[in-house]
Amino acid sequence: MRFTDPSLSKIHEKLLRGRRLGFEDGMSLYRSDDLLGVGRLAGLVREEKFGRDTYFVRNQHLNYTNMCVNRCVFCAFSRDRDEEGAYVFDLRTAEEQIRSRLHEPISEIHIVGGLNPSLPFSYYFDLIQMVKHIRPEATVKAFTAVEIEFFSRLTGRSIEEVVRELKRAGLEMMPGGGAEILSERVHRKLYPKKIGPVQWLNVIRTIHGLGIPTNATMLYGHIESLEERVTHLLSLRSLQDDTKGFTAFIPLAFHPENTRLSHLKTTGGMEDLKTLAVSRLLLDNIPHIKAYWVMISPALAQVALSFGADDLDGTIVEEKISHMAGARTPKGMSVGEIRHLISSAGFRPVERDSFYNIVGEGCKHGA
Amino acid sequence: MEHKTRMDFQEALDLYQDEDLLSLGAMADLVRQELHPDKTVTYVVDRNINYTNICGSGCRFCAFFRPPGHEEAYLISQEELSQKIQETLNLGGTQILLQGGIHPDLRLDYYTELLRFIKTNFPIHVHGFSPPEIHYLARKEGRSLHDTLENLMEAGLGSIPGGGAEILVDRVRKEVSPNKCTAGEWLAVMETAHGLGLRSTATMMFGHVESIEERLDHLFRIRNLQDRTGGFTAFIPWTFQPENTRINVPKASSAEYLRLLALSRLVLDNIPNLQASWVTQGPKIAQVALKFGANDLGSTMIEENVVAAAGVTFRLNREDMIRIIETAGFQAQQRDTFYRPI
Repeated sequence: MRFTDPSLSKIHEKLLRGRRLGFEDGMSLYRSDDLLGVGRLAGLVREEKFGRDTYFVRNQHLNYTNMCVNRCVFCAFSRDRDEEGAYVFDLRTAEEQIRSRLHEPISEIHIVGGLNPSLPFSYYFDLIQMVKHIRPEATVKAFTAVEIEFFSRLTGRSIEEVVRELKRAGLEMMPGGGAEILSERVHRKLYPKKIGPVQWLNVIRTIHGLGIPTNATMLYGHIESLEERVTHLLSLRSLQDDTKGFTAFIPLAFHPENTRLSHLKTTGGMEDLKTLAVSRLLLDNIPHIKAYWVMISPALAQVALSFGADDLDGTIVEEKISHMAGARTPKGMSVGEIRHLISSAGFRPVERDSFYNIVGEGCKHGA
Repeated sequence: MEHKTRMDFQEALDLYQDEDLLSLGAMADLVRQELHPDKTVTYVVDRNINYTNICGSGCRFCAFFRPPGHEEAYLISQEELSQKIQETLNLGGTQILLQGGIHPDLRLDYYTELLRFIKTNFPIHVHGFSPPEIHYLARKEGRSLHDTLENLMEAGLGSIPGGGAEILVDRVRKEVSPNKCTAGEWLAVMETAHGLGLRSTATMMFGHVESIEERLDHLFRIRNLQDRTGGFTAFIPWTFQPENTRINVPKASSAEYLRLLALSRLVLDNIPNLQASWVTQGPKIAQVALKFGANDLGSTMIEENVVAAAGVTFRLNREDMIRIIETAGFQAQQRDTFYRPI
C-alpha cells in the first residue's frame, strides 16, 4: 500500500505488526492530507474484522421528554418546563407510539430523553416494563449515563441500585450518548450542568460492571480541538480495556442550527469520514464503528463503509434530537432502502439485533 | 510511470468493476495533482436561466419540461430575463447558463435576437444552448450545423454547455429520450462548434437504464472527439434523479457516483477539468469528490430549476462554496467560463 503522506506508512507498519496506535499516531492521522490513505488503513482493519458485512437494525426511537434542566449550549432539542414546545409523553402516549408500529418486526427500542425533575423514578421503571410487556421480543436500549446519574440523584440511590432496578424492569442495553467531548475544558464551556468526563466514564464503568453493555459516542465539530478528540477516543479505549462493555462507537457530527452555537458551520464530508476512520484505527478494542446516517446523511454514511464503518444503525422512525438541530436527512429509512444503500456500495447487508446477533438470515422474504 | 500509458476500454472496465473504491480514488487523485499541482479548486458564479420549459422531446428522465399548451408552460419575458441577469451581475456573476426545452415554434431569429439583446445590455458571458437545441434548430431551419452555430456566435453565443448528452449510446437514447438527437448528432454539434472555436463542456447523466459498458462507451466517445478537437473544457458527470420522472429506478448512490467520477478522471486524460456535482450529490459528497479526481465545484447556481424539479434542493452560496473548498485543504478560486482565474 502506497501513501502520499509518509507518516501513514509508519502507521501502516505498526498495524501490520499488530502494535497499538498512540496519541501521536492519532494526531498524525487527523492532520494527514491523504484522506484516502487514512480511509484505506481504516478499511483494512474493518475488512479484517468483518469482511464486507455491514450491519443494520430495525429500531424505533422514543424521546420521552424534551424538558431538561441541563440546557447544554449545543442542544436544540431541550426546553424549559414552561417553554413553548416543551413536552413529556405520559405512559399512555408512549404506549401508543410503541403500539403504532407493532406490525413491524422491530428488534430494538431506543429510549432517551431530557432530565425532567417532574417525572418520578417509577416512570422510567414503568416505561421499560410497558415496552417489554407489549414488545417482549425487542431489546430495550435506554438511558444514557447522564440520565442514570440524574436518576441516582433524584432517588438518592447509588448508580448500582438504579441500574439494577431498571434491569429488573427489562433494561438490557444502553446507548452511548452524553459523552460529548470528554474534556474538562469543553465540559465547562458547553455542558457545565451535565456530568463531566470523569463522572461519565465512572458511571459507564459501573454500568458495564453490572453486565449491561453500552455504546459510546463523541459529539465533534464544535469548539473542541483535534487533541481533545484523540484524547476522547483514547479515554474510551482505556476504559474498554478494563470493562469490555462497549459494543459500538458512534461519532456524532454537531449540527449548529437552532443552538446557541448557530454561528458555527456544519462539518464537512471529509471531516466526517476522517473522524470515522481515525476512530476505527484507534479503537482497536471496540467491535463496531457506526456511521449514523441521521447526522451525516445516508449518502455520506454509505461512503463511510469504505472508511472503516461497519454499521449503519437503524431504520429509525421519529428521530427528534438531530432534526431539531436542523438535520435535513430523512427521519426514517425503509429496510429496502438501507439494504440498497449497503449493497450498491459493494458491501453485504446484515440485519442484526442490539447484540449483533444476525436476524432474519435464510428468511429472505422478510426483506 | 504506469499512468502515462493510455487506458483502454478493457482496463477501464476491470478497474470499474474490481478496484476498491478508495484505491480508484487515490489513482484519480494522483492524476488531478499532476494536472492541477497548485492545490486550487475552482468555481464559477452564475445562474441557470431556462428561457422556456416547453419541450416536445418528452424525455422519460425529465421532471422539468411541460408540453406546449400546458398550463405551467412558459417562455421567459424580456423583463424577467433582464432582471435575472442584473441580479447575477450584482452577485459578482460572470456567466449565465441559458438553456430551454426544445420549443417547437422558436426560429433562429428568436435565438439571435435573444443573444443580441443580452449582449447589448449586459457585460456577461452566455454559455448557452445544448447540442439537442442546436441540432433541432438547424434541422428546422434547413441550415447546416456550421451555419446555425455561426449565426449564434455572431449574435453573441460564447460557449456551449454539454447537456443533453445523457448517455451517448443510441440503445439507451431510444429508450429514455427517443425524440432527442442521437449520440452521433450530439457529437457532430460539438465537433462543429469546436471547429468554429466555440468551446464546450461535456456531461453525462448516469444511473437509469444504461449498463456499465455503456457508461464507458460514453467516456471513450468523449475522449475520441477531444483527441480530434481539444474543445472540451471540462467533464461533468451526475446521477439521474428519479423523482417526478417516468423512470422508476433507485437513485444511483454516492459510492457509485465517486467510482464513476474517479474513473472519468483516469479515462479522460485529455480533458483538463473535472467538475463535482454538488447539486445532485449535496455538499458533503461534493467535498469528498475533490479527493476522487474533481478539481472544480461548478457553479454557485443562483438559480437552478431542472434538478430541483426532480425533488433535489441542495443550496450553496458563495461563502459555503469557499468553505467547502478550504476545509478540504485547497485554495478556492473563482473562475470564468474557460476556467481562467478571476
